[in-house]
Amino acid sequence: MTLRKVMSTALAPALAFAALAAGCSKPKAPDTLYFSMANEPPELNSTKATDQESSFVLGHVMEGLTRVGATGQQVPGVAERWNLTDQGATFFLRKDAKWSDGKTVTAHDFVFAWQTVVDPKNASEYAFILFPVKNAEAIVQGKSPVASLGVKASDDFTLEVKFEKPCGYFLALTSFTTYFPIREEFYSAQGGKYGAEAEKLLFNGPFRLTQWVHGASLEFEKNDAYWNRDQIHLKLIKVPYITSDTSARLNLFKDGKIDLLDLGKNSLEDALNEEFKMKRYLDGSVWYLQYNFSEGRITRNKNLRKAIQALFDPSEYVNKVVAVPGSIPGSTLIPQWLGGKSTQFRQEYPVAPSRPNIALAKSHMDTFLKETGQHAPVSLVWLTGDTPGSAKEAEYFQNLFKKHLGIELRIDKQIFKQRLAKMLSGEFDIVAAGWGPDYADPMTFADLFTSWNENNRGKWKNDAYDALIRRAQGTTNPVVRMDSMAAAEKILLEDQAILPTFEKSTVYTHSDRLSGFRRRSVGFDPDFTAAKIIETQGAR
Amino acid sequence: MFSYLLKQLASGLVTVYFIATATFFAMHAVPGDPLMGNKATTPEIRANLARKYGLDRPVLEQYGMFLKNMATGDFGISFTQHNRSVNDIIAKHFPVSAILGFLAIVVAAIGGVMLGSITALFKNRAPDKLIMILVIFGVSVPSFVVAALMQLGVTELNRITHLSILPVGGWGEVGHMVLPALALGLSTLAFLTRLMRSSMLEVTGADYIRTAKAKGVSPTGIFFGHQLRNAILPVVTVLGPAVAAITTGGFVVEQVFAIPGLGRYFVQAVNQLDYTVIMGLTVFYGAYLVGIVILVDLLYGLIDPRIRVQKT
Repeated sequence: MTLRKVMSTALAPALAFAALAAGCSKPKAPDTLYFSMANEPPELNSTKATDQESSFVLGHVMEGLTRVGATGQQVPGVAERWNLTDQGATFFLRKDAKWSDGKTVTAHDFVFAWQTVVDPKNASEYAFILFPVKNAEAIVQGKSPVASLGVKASDDFTLEVKFEKPCGYFLALTSFTTYFPIREEFYSAQGGKYGAEAEKLLFNGPFRLTQWVHGASLEFEKNDAYWNRDQIHLKLIKVPYITSDTSARLNLFKDGKIDLLDLGKNSLEDALNEEFKMKRYLDGSVWYLQYNFSEGRITRNKNLRKAIQALFDPSEYVNKVVAVPGSIPGSTLIPQWLGGKSTQFRQEYPVAPSRPNIALAKSHMDTFLKETGQHAPVSLVWLTGDTPGSAKEAEYFQNLFKKHLGIELRIDKQIFKQRLAKMLSGEFDIVAAGWGPDYADPMTFADLFTSWNENNRGKWKNDAYDALIRRAQGTTNPVVRMDSMAAAEKILLEDQAILPTFEKSTVYTHSDRLSGFRRRSVGFDPDFTAAKIIETQGAR
Repeated sequence: MFSYLLKQLASGLVTVYFIATATFFAMHAVPGDPLMGNKATTPEIRANLARKYGLDRPVLEQYGMFLKNMATGDFGISFTQHNRSVNDIIAKHFPVSAILGFLAIVVAAIGGVMLGSITALFKNRAPDKLIMILVIFGVSVPSFVVAALMQLGVTELNRITHLSILPVGGWGEVGHMVLPALALGLSTLAFLTRLMRSSMLEVTGADYIRTAKAKGVSPTGIFFGHQLRNAILPVVTVLGPAVAAITTGGFVVEQVFAIPGLGRYFVQAVNQLDYTVIMGLTVFYGAYLVGIVILVDLLYGLIDPRIRVQKT
């Protein structure tokens, strides 16, 4: 039948097409790292960047006054050395720090960048991180001219910073994205598009962004103008895939297309079956339940909060609900990984983990009911996000509360922005919240629950806590600072202002050819600046 | 004909205007603050942002501004990608979705017509039954499952053969388009196959086929000259909306195969309450859909002379 011939002719091109597409097997290039990002950076203007993707890219292509070293301490970056006093800081810049076009990085580039950050016209979301610098807050509020910012270049290689008040963690801030330098003449020449494309950026870091196809791919090349280029081993970092689909990334890793893969709860089991070598690290974030202390909310009652605390078993929660190996049961606001006076903060100020006691929880609950005249079942609104993880978490507490305390938990599931809006307007009794650090000092957590902090969504207010944080913020003396923050944290926990649930860990796997990279709890992550590619026979 | 087209275009414009207005007010009614990030800003920083985006003004004034800018084709700057204009996002990412969608439609249309014809020709015999089983699979399994299954399959295949038979994801080469186009087109293909089958069977019994047979026209001649041409009409009708749906609806498939299409930006914009991007993309998609519907109207007349617009 002629018809069948027609059909087979129609099929032929399709088969040829498939054959053409086949056989494109390309070996991996030497000294080239392959990576997949979940999202592309929204933009790469360091004065405006707020997200992890931007921070990852900028961390590789830019450099601030300091960098975070291998063991988490601040090491020289553009600044060779520095003097810190209670009133301010002087940074002495190295003379061989260059922009990718060969010009020298000068103190003026820092002055320009920092002034741009606080300029109200620029409307930088992260302007607050510059508030330790003199007049920064007044400039953001429009009360003071931009030029009055307490930073000046006394010559090309000397940067003088004046503080608003003594700042004990200022050095940790200087490696933060918002503090990166920008060259004024280049910035102005981009006509408001600085950072929108790869070619609309100048680089002073270990790599140059040579290609950025929006939504599709990024490519970083080693920056030969970088002063410390001898320590950079990678020639190329390729990000050919941008997808937030975790199973897609797992398939890309299985197919040998990427060298590093973070494993979510879903891909963990797959990874176990595949017998991937797995490693883990603390991603820096601390998670907790935040109670609403606004007028009229029953969560203001301390006995109710005590009942919940006595009932809650952080270990069981981490094992059954969080279920990511390496996560630590929560007992504190300030996490395990942060440094203190000389060693780890948590070693210097230990907090005993709480043990669940159901009988005690019930007796607190009875006291609460008597005090308030409420009758079981008490109803509480639990505000949460729309991810599967947050649903599982909410259901765990719903069962727990109902079984032992007779509390009816009404779960209010909202998408990201709505949840934030409801948190801010206080439309909740309990909200499951988390906080990721901005800089490597306990203050990035400790000032969260001061009465003036906008992130204190539960509106908990405690004068002693406020005073202790003010004291820690007003001195550079590490002993006074750490003692004050530890005392403040104790008040917070004793008053049950929050219920810490866990410190989050991330599990990841990497190819055999990749070594020397770092995972970090604070700052840009992963850090490929010191990574190496070792070619092995038959490596994936 | 010309006045008909003009009338269609005018009503299309009104439709787009209503889409824009409805979306604008619905979007502003959604609770949540577009300027709010994970970490709270001070009231001063927020005020600076609001001023920059004109959000400090009354909603009606914002609406007026939006209409004025829309008339000039300017949808403004994205809230989340502060340095990118909405037009730039559409210009860079719509072509990707369009290429992918076009390929999917080609796969679906050719495959649907072909398989549909085969099932009709072999009614109730093995090829018919086999294809209909596949069709039921195609209609009932959503494209993201198909996409994930295909990706997994190719990953395993690459591993077993130690070859890169097809890339697992990414964009830029011909090979990157094969799997996503198949995944995206499969459900439409299945739907078209069923449609083609029933319409083909209907045509086969028609009088003019019998006449053609009596005249001694060859089976091939009957198939192409009479059966196919008449049976394909319903397929063309549903093809219009299907083109629009596929070229705009590939978000999940785009995610699975890491493809930089427009769908991703749309979903992100809605989640982030990125007002300018939501408005720009909705108006763009609306106009696109209306345009396709008008186009299909015209095409219909070309295929079937009986439907041609009468001169009044």
